[in-house]
Parts: sequence; structure tokens; C-alpha cells
Amino acid sequence: MRVLVQDAPFDFGGEVNTFADAAGTSDGAIVTFTGVVRDLARGDLDVMEIEHYPGMTEKALIKIAEEAMQRWSLGDALVIHRYGRLAPGDKIMMVATAAPHRKDAFEAAEYLMDYLKSRAPFWKKEITGQRADWVAAKDADEDALKRW
Amino acid sequence: MDVLYFAWVRERIGLPKERVETNAITVTDLIEELRAKEERYEVAFSDLSALRVALDQELSDFDAPLAGVREVAFFPPMTGG
Repeated sequence: MRVLVQDAPFDFGGEVNTFADAAGTSDGAIVTFTGVVRDLARGDLDVMEIEHYPGMTEKALIKIAEEAMQRWSLGDALVIHRYGRLAPGDKIMMVATAAPHRKDAFEAAEYLMDYLKSRAPFWKKEITGQRADWVAAKDADEDALKRW
Repeated sequence: MDVLYFAWVRERIGLPKERVETNAITVTDLIEELRAKEERYEVAFSDLSALRVALDQELSDFDAPLAGVREVAFFPPMTGG
């Protein structure tokens, strides 16, 4: 299990290959997800600024990943999340899970995503030439936790 | 104790972190003390449903006791992912 919180970009393909190569031969399924900075409807997003709570962020992500490792039959899990100033199209974060079977790998990846959306201390701000707005949390994201 | 603010809470209060001497029993008591300090705190803490609190880097509740707590953080609901 590996959790990384960093301002530097990550190499998605390289990370996936490293993760897949390190997986044991009993893991027949690898699921990955990556989140990308989406432009605003008006197409004028200059920067997405991601603030976080150093210390708590790492602890929260490790706790979420450990919970996933316990709840599903996982061989391994990886979480990378960036902070700082990102541009539209930049990759914000990724998760990867390895498991003997795909159901565990898919479910655990969704669990990781649902929890790190509303339980990891990150806050996003959308900055255009005209304004800067904090992204509001969605009720649907909080509701998504109920199914676990 | 150290009190930390993040995102728009930090912007409204105008600083990321401060040292607070307090005898507050719970988080709610601490919030009442802060609100009484200055207008900017009153504004930041006007709607508690829009806020979350962490005690020593663990998500907590407003009625939680502060005994032994070294670091309190206030912030809006998180938007990771």
C-alpha cells in the first residue's frame, strides 16, 4: 500500500506499470482511476488551486487505504493526490487497486474515490481571469458514503 | 492550543494559524470565544452547518471536548478527488 501527497505532477502510465509489475501473480485484476482538472462550462478556467492540511491529509488517506485493504481482498493499493496550482487537463489524483478478482478491485477503487472526495482534507478553488471561487462540496458526494 | 483555518475560513479570518489561550470545554465553547473576539470571526463562524472541525488532525464534532487537544482546525466540507 502506498499513499503520496505531492505538488509535483505524476507519471500516470509509469505509476500504473510499476504498480502492475509489483503486483503478485495471484492478483488477476488491476483497476485504476485518475481524476483530471475539468474546464468550466464557459471554458475560461485558468488555474485550479488545491489546498490541503499537511499531516492530516496523509493520515486520512492512509486510514482510507487501510480500510479498503481490510474490507476487500486486495493485494495492493495506491493513492496519489496533488495539491497546488493545476491547469485544465492536468491530472489531480489517481488510485490503483490490485486484487485476485475484478469485483474487489473495482469496488475498492470506488470506495477509495468516494472516501477521499469527502474525508480527505483537500479544498479546490477555481480561478479565472475574473474571479476565484471555492468549489462547494456536493450532497451527492456525502450521500455516496452511505452505500459502504 | 494551535487553531488552524483552511480554504474560505482562512480567507475570512485572514490568517492560516494562531495560538489561542482558552479554557473552553468543547469546540462550541471555543467557537463562541472566537466569535466574540472580532467581526471577521463572527462572519467565518456564522453558519456552523458549512463548517467541519478536526481535533489533532482527526475529523470530530462541535460538541467534542477539548481536554488534551493541541491542534484544532476549522474548514469547509472537503472537496478532494
